[in-house]
Formats: sequence, C-alpha cells, structure tokens
Amino acid sequence: MNRFLIPAAVFLALAAVLFIGVVHSPNKSTMQSTLLGKPAPSFTLPVLGDDTRKVASSELAGRPWVLNVWGSWCPGCADEHPLLIEVARENRVPIIGLNWRDDDVDALRWIEQRGDPYAVILADREGRTAIDFGVYGAPETFFIDAEGLVQYRHVGAMTREVWEREFVSRLPRGGLQ
Amino acid sequence: MIPELGHFALVLALILAGAQAFFGIAGAARNDARWLAVVRPAVAGQFVLVSASIGALVHAFVTFDFSVLYVASNSNSALPTFYRVAAVWGAHEGSLLLWGWILAAWTLAVAMASRNLPATFASRVMGVLGFVSFGFLLFTLATSNPFERLIPAAADGRDLNPVLQDPALAIHPPLLYMGYVGFAVAFAFACAAMLEGKLDAVWARWTRPWTTIAWGFLSVGIALGSWWAYYELGWGGYWFWDPVENASFMPWLIGTALIHSLAVTEKRGLFKSWTLLLAILAFSLSLLGTFLVRSGVLVSVHSFAADPTRGMFILAFLVVVIGGALALYAWRAPLLKSPAGFEATAREAFLLYNNILLVVAASFVFVGTLAPLIADAIGLPPLSIGPPYYTWLFPFVVLPLIGLVSIGIHAAWKRGRVGDSKRRLQISFALAVVLGLAVVYGVYGPGKWLTPVGFVLGIWVIFSSLIDPIDRLRRGLSLPRAVVGMTIAHIGLGVCAVAISAVETYTIERDVALAPGESLSLGRYAYRFDSIREIEGPNYDAVQAQFTVLRDGQPIAVLHPEKRFYWVQRAPMTEAGIATKWDVDLFAAISADLQGGRWSVRAQIRPLLNYVWLAAGLMALGGMLAASDRRYRTKDRTATEPAPAGTQAAAP
Amino acid sequence: MKRAALIITALLWGSSAFAIDITVLPDAALQERYENLTHEFRCMQCQNNSIADSPVGLASDLRRDVKELLLAGKTDDEIRAYMVQRYGDVILFRPPFKPRTAWVWIVPMIVFAGGLFVGYRIVRRRGALVANDDSSVDTATDEEERPK
Repeated sequence: MNRFLIPAAVFLALAAVLFIGVVHSPNKSTMQSTLLGKPAPSFTLPVLGDDTRKVASSELAGRPWVLNVWGSWCPGCADEHPLLIEVARENRVPIIGLNWRDDDVDALRWIEQRGDPYAVILADREGRTAIDFGVYGAPETFFIDAEGLVQYRHVGAMTREVWEREFVSRLPRGGLQ
Repeated sequence: MIPELGHFALVLALILAGAQAFFGIAGAARNDARWLAVVRPAVAGQFVLVSASIGALVHAFVTFDFSVLYVASNSNSALPTFYRVAAVWGAHEGSLLLWGWILAAWTLAVAMASRNLPATFASRVMGVLGFVSFGFLLFTLATSNPFERLIPAAADGRDLNPVLQDPALAIHPPLLYMGYVGFAVAFAFACAAMLEGKLDAVWARWTRPWTTIAWGFLSVGIALGSWWAYYELGWGGYWFWDPVENASFMPWLIGTALIHSLAVTEKRGLFKSWTLLLAILAFSLSLLGTFLVRSGVLVSVHSFAADPTRGMFILAFLVVVIGGALALYAWRAPLLKSPAGFEATAREAFLLYNNILLVVAASFVFVGTLAPLIADAIGLPPLSIGPPYYTWLFPFVVLPLIGLVSIGIHAAWKRGRVGDSKRRLQISFALAVVLGLAVVYGVYGPGKWLTPVGFVLGIWVIFSSLIDPIDRLRRGLSLPRAVVGMTIAHIGLGVCAVAISAVETYTIERDVALAPGESLSLGRYAYRFDSIREIEGPNYDAVQAQFTVLRDGQPIAVLHPEKRFYWVQRAPMTEAGIATKWDVDLFAAISADLQGGRWSVRAQIRPLLNYVWLAAGLMALGGMLAASDRRYRTKDRTATEPAPAGTQAAAP
Repeated sequence: MKRAALIITALLWGSSAFAIDITVLPDAALQERYENLTHEFRCMQCQNNSIADSPVGLASDLRRDVKELLLAGKTDDEIRAYMVQRYGDVILFRPPFKPRTAWVWIVPMIVFAGGLFVGYRIVRRRGALVANDDSSVDTATDEEERPK
C-alpha cells in the first residue's frame, strides 16, 4: 500500500495512547499497590496515646479488616473523616487507624475534635509500617481479607461510592464484625 | 473595563484568524485575487488585536488589578514591576496568550517578507498559520481565559510563584515559544508546498532561514531554562530529563535534523519527502510538548495546573492539525521522488547519517518520556523512567554523531572525495587526541572511559570546523556568512561535548552539616563557612550565609547562598551562591537549620559547566548568522530545479 | 475552589524545595553506595525527584531505610528488591530489564538498528544512481563546496 501512510498511522496510535492518558489522568495506574493479592505486612505497633498497649497484626487474622492511614497534618484525612464515622457506625468491618508520622498530642486532639471511627488507632511514628504497606501519602485505605491478603488500596479521601464498590463488596455476605 | 476590551480583542482576533485561514487556503485553491487580497490585512489585523489583548493583560498586572482572577492568582502588591510583567506568562492562561501573540508576530513577519514569493504559495503559508492561530485562540477563549473576573476582587494577590521571580524567567518562556512557534512557519511552508502539489529546491531555500532562526531561539530558550534551573532551583543540577525538558529537547533534535535536511533538498533536490516529514514532525513535537505540560497526563516539576478538559481540547487540536498534515503528506509525498545519486562518503551521505542519528536520539527521548503513558494505555505494568535511562542510551548516538561531523563538513557533494582535506583531518584528529588526553589525564585525572572520547571528539570538531575558514582566508577567498555561521555552530557543538564530558565526570558534590567557622574540602578546593545572618528583601525574609572558597589554599571566591521565605506564598526558597571562574563553577546552597548552629550545606565544584550554555549560545549565533546570509535575501530566482551541469561557476 | 487547590498544590510541588541529605555512613564505600542508591529511587510523593533530593517525610524515611539496610550488610540488589516489593518498579529511575518492562530498552535498540539499516539501504541505492546522474549540484549556493 502507500508506505507514506505509516507516519499518519503511527500518529493515530500515539493519539489513542494520549487519549487514554487524559481519560485516566485523575487516577493513574501508578497507584496500584504491589501488595494486591499478597499477605499484608506484619507489624506490632503501640496504641496511640498508650505505649504500654501494643497490637500485632497477627491478632487481626481470621476476619476482614480495613486499614486507614491518616495524620493530623493531612487535609484530605479531615475531608474523609465524617464518612469514616458514618461507615464505622454501620459496623460492618473494623477500621484500624494507622496514625502516620504524627505527634501523639496533635493526633489525639484531632480525633477528639472529629470523632473516633477506629476500632483502635496505632501509632506509626517512624513510618516503617506505612512503608511496608507501600504508602505514598495520606489518606490511604486498605482492605485486608480474612486470609490476611491485601485486596484493595484506595488512594485519597474515601468516598461513599468507593466504599460500597470496593470495600463493602468484598465483605462476606451478612457482613461480619 | 480594560480586561473586557482585552477579551473582546481576542474574540475579534479569533475571527480574523479564521478569515486568514479560510481565505488563505480557499483563495489559493481558487486562485481568486480578491480572496487572496484579504489575507495580509487579516494577518496584520490579527497581530494588532492580539497585541492589544496581551497589552490589556500586562496593564492589568502593572496596575494591580486584582479583580482579574489570573492577576490575583499570580501577582501581589509587593511584586516588583519587572516581575509583574513577567507574571503575564507565569501560568497557563497567560502563557497561552503569549503563544498566540508570538504566533501572530511570526505570521506578520512571514507576511512582510513573503512579497517575493508566488502569491498562492504565500497565501497558503499564511492560511495554515491562520488555522493554527485559530485553534490556539479558540483554546484560550474556550478553556483558559486570562481575563476572567474575580468577584468580589481580592484584596491582594496570591503572588507569583517565587521560583518564577527571576530575570531569566522573564526571557525563558518567550524565547522558548519563539522556537516552538517558529517551527510552525516551517510547518506552514511544508503544508503550503503539499497543497500546491509542488516542492522544489527553491522551496527549501525559502524555508531554511525561518527554520534556522526558530531553531536558534529554541536553543537559547532551552539553555536559559537549564541555566536558570541550575542557579534558581538550588539543586545544582542543569538537566533533569524531566518530561517537560524532554518536550523541548525533542523538537530541538528534530529541528537540527531539519535544518540539515533542508540543505540537501536545496542543493540537490533530494530528501524532499523526508524534509517535509521533518518539518511536520518538528512542529508536531512542539504541539505535543504543549499538550504534555497542560493536560495532566505526565507528572513533572514544570507542569502547569492539570485539567483533563484542556487535555482533550489540545489533543483534538493535535489530531486535526498533525493528522491533516500527515494525510497531505501521504497524498503528495509519493510524487516527490528524485533520481539523483550520491556516494557513501559524499556530503549528502553525512547529512543522512546526521539525520538518522538525530532522529534516533529524539526517539530515545520520546520513548522515555511517554513510556509511562504507553504502559498505562496498553495495560503493561507501570514503570517510571529517570535520568539513568537517557544517560545510558545517549552516548550511542551522540558520540558517533560528533565524530561524523568532523569528517562530514569536508565532504563534497555527490562524489565524496574527501581528497586533500584527508591529511588535514588526520592532523587535526591527532592534535585533538593529544590535547584531549593531555587535558583529561594531565589536568583533571582519570574519569570514566567515555570521558576522553568525549573530549577528543569535541576538540576534533572544533579543529575540523576551523580548517576550511582558515584555508579560505589564507587564499584570499571570501567568507560568506553561511560558512561563518556553520563554523561557529559546529564549534559550539564541540564545546558542548567537551563541557558535558567534563561536568559529568569531574563534578564534586558534598552534602554536609556545617557550622560557621568550619570548612569542607572537595579535592583541591575548600569551602570555609564564614558566617550567617538574617536579611530582608522586597517581598521576603532571608537567612544569608557566607562561604569563602579556596583552591590549593588560596581564596578565589566568596559565595552568598540564601534561604528565603516569601511573605505571601510562604514557600521557602533556596537561592544558591554561585561564583563562575573561567574553568569552573563554584556552587553552594544552604537548607535546614540543624540546631546547635549547624546548617545543612550543599557544595559543588562544576568544571566547565558554563561552556554548556556558551555552546548553546554559539550554536544559536551560528544559526542566526547563517540565516542572514545574502543569498536568502536576494530576489527569488524563477528556476525551480537545480541548474544543469556546467552552467554555474564554481566557488565565489 | 477545587481548581485553586489544584493550582496551589501544583505550585508548591513546583517550588524549589529540595533536600540536602547530610547522612554519613561509617565507611567511604558504604557512603558511596548510599549516595548512589538514594539517587536511584524515585520519591513517590514528588514530581521527578529522587529520594536523595526530596524534602518530604516519606523520602527521609526511605533514606533511613536504605541506610539501615546498608549497615545490616544487604547488597544493592537486595535493597532494590526491598523497595520494589513495596512500591513496584515505578520507584526505580532505571526501568528493570524484566519481561514485561524490557520493552523500553528494546524499542530504542530496534529503532537504532532500523535507522542504521535504512541508512545503509539509502546509501546503496543512491550510490548506484551516481553513474547515471548528470544533475549538477546547485552551485549558486555552494558556500560549503570546496573550491576546485
């Protein structure tokens, strides 16, 4: 055929790539967690405000749970917090808070002002656990199933839509506690 | 009131651009003199209107009109006048208006300089430019209106990003856009030729100066950006292979290929369809760069605020303009074959090798920049590309390229007898080896294995470029500007090769915690931290340190790095302290107050760094000189194909 | 408001904030490895910075991890694996040569080879045409041509 059509064909392919890029740009695939389908990293962390109490990830095994990474310095966390309160009241799955690189006093005050949706808040002062989870920034929310595998990671403020579509849908029928 | 007038002027300009496009193309197709007569007035009118529009925006900035949203977002009552003007193009909306204005200015220049060209051809060129203008003005008005009002008006503005408050900022975007937009002229020439269905050596001669001038501006624009990043951003780096930097580098590489390909088309009527394709490609990459910066698909330090709507609009514009041009190409290019021949060592061959290597280099940058997008689009695992990718690949093309330049500039057309210049080439190569190795091992010390290669090849280009001019002068022959320009530009290339080899091998960088009174040693240099104090600027507070730099124990410079806190935007900013010696750049930056009187300090010794930017300046100067050569300014000849053998005299 | 937030974020990220990393490791070899490694990993919160140059908390945490891993005797490859395990290949500035990412390295090589091949073909064809070619060179524009 006409070999001079090759540039036009290559260009159209490029345009298609760019088109997909624009469509996808609000949520880039670089956000995909490498942990999907793999066991959640294990940790042992102190409870926020009470260093004598520690929680190990092994204690959470056997049922699904949600990890929410937040900090008092994080505006997006404030945005999603009312929804977390609401969702916690529905009591379908425990939400474990991971207080990331924060000051205990600031964090506790922040919770006091906004309410506490968490089954327990763990203090990751050095950020090691967050790194193990491959956290980019706050807020991020993970769904871990009953076998302890990470099934989903949401980056950014939680929305009702995402919660229903990605988190609630992964709960076993009947919604366990 | 004035912002509304500016807005209105832009709408009128849009209409005129449309008229320019329509009557330019349709008028030429119908060969209708009355329709064609509309075109130049439309060009002039569009220029006046866009000038009025950007003038209104400048006025809004200078008079602190914070009722205009764009002004409120990018200015402040404490902003000095100079930066108030520069702030016009400090963000997306205003920079688009600048694009449109520069395009109108280039089009006006084409209109004025094209009276010697056949009427239909000139009109088609202006018509295509009008089409591009129309698209940009429409984009500006529809999605990025800089005259949007803020009601109620802000009490004070949010200030111009402190990073942008710098003299180099004032010139970097305009120069860059002069380059990007200038390639639109080459593009328009190409489209006009395709529409006419005729492309000859004369077309190449018309196109060459415009392209070379645009290329020169782009070279300076890129170099300025690199220099600015070096002293303003405080990291001490000069090129980061950032997606937006790459977006300017790709058109530059293709533009370089284009100006060389045009030479072959002009001289021998060869590479016609290839030259057309390059002209389309150069401007396409300019447009692609515009897309990448403003659409949010790529993440970069340079990105303007991302907006998918804008991304879609530019993409649609890209498809229409580039797709259209490439369709024209597929239609016309098959007719452009030439029976001319040349040997493997002829000048044409060397220019072919030049083109191949430059296009391959551009493809490296292209793949690297768009890889994340491509991976995402076709479902491959996400990946990211950083500097190591490019620095590994580039030597494969750049080193052969530089080596071939030294030989190629002596090759004759058609039959490549390098002949008696062979001895001179060998001598110059030997000299380059001696000098290169002497500098590498004698002055600096062993580095990477590529270092002496870069030095030797760069020095060889410089020597080789001088052979012919010196020879001409000795024999009393004239030295046309085109030869001088070419020589200077190639010397620039050699200087660049040597400078980059030096910087990339012999830079010494240390990051340490220092307190006043302490010293840091870097090779034969030492940085002595003398003092630190607080100062106040026009719209910032700062902490200023003083360093004395010693070489072999002798003080050679005093540096004053600062850490500034701009009142309004509250972003801390590092101002590096830099001293430039003839053979080395001395760099210092301070960052964090580490308590106990200590500060984190970055010290860098950068040999020959300034020559990188000097080289770009040489290349641009060479280009401008060559473009101003007498033969481009003489009245157009009516001959189309190259004259038959034997009818022309030899050298002037 | 949302757009203003986007603009502010973009501007702040685009600001000149950078880090001077003054970490010192006990011996020079480790120090060099540390500096090389921290320049290899992308700061995931930034736009095109390495963790060596980034001022954000995540970057300093990752630098700390690199330092600790080095002191614990891990090899460079093990440290890279540690990062990739958590953040994926995107954290590497130099894309790995694995089956599904190798294309970024292979495609340029193919283009290069293709270019050389095309060049060879053209030179062959044009060389063959020289004998039949009596067209002149456009000597009116012969600045570059060597005087006879």
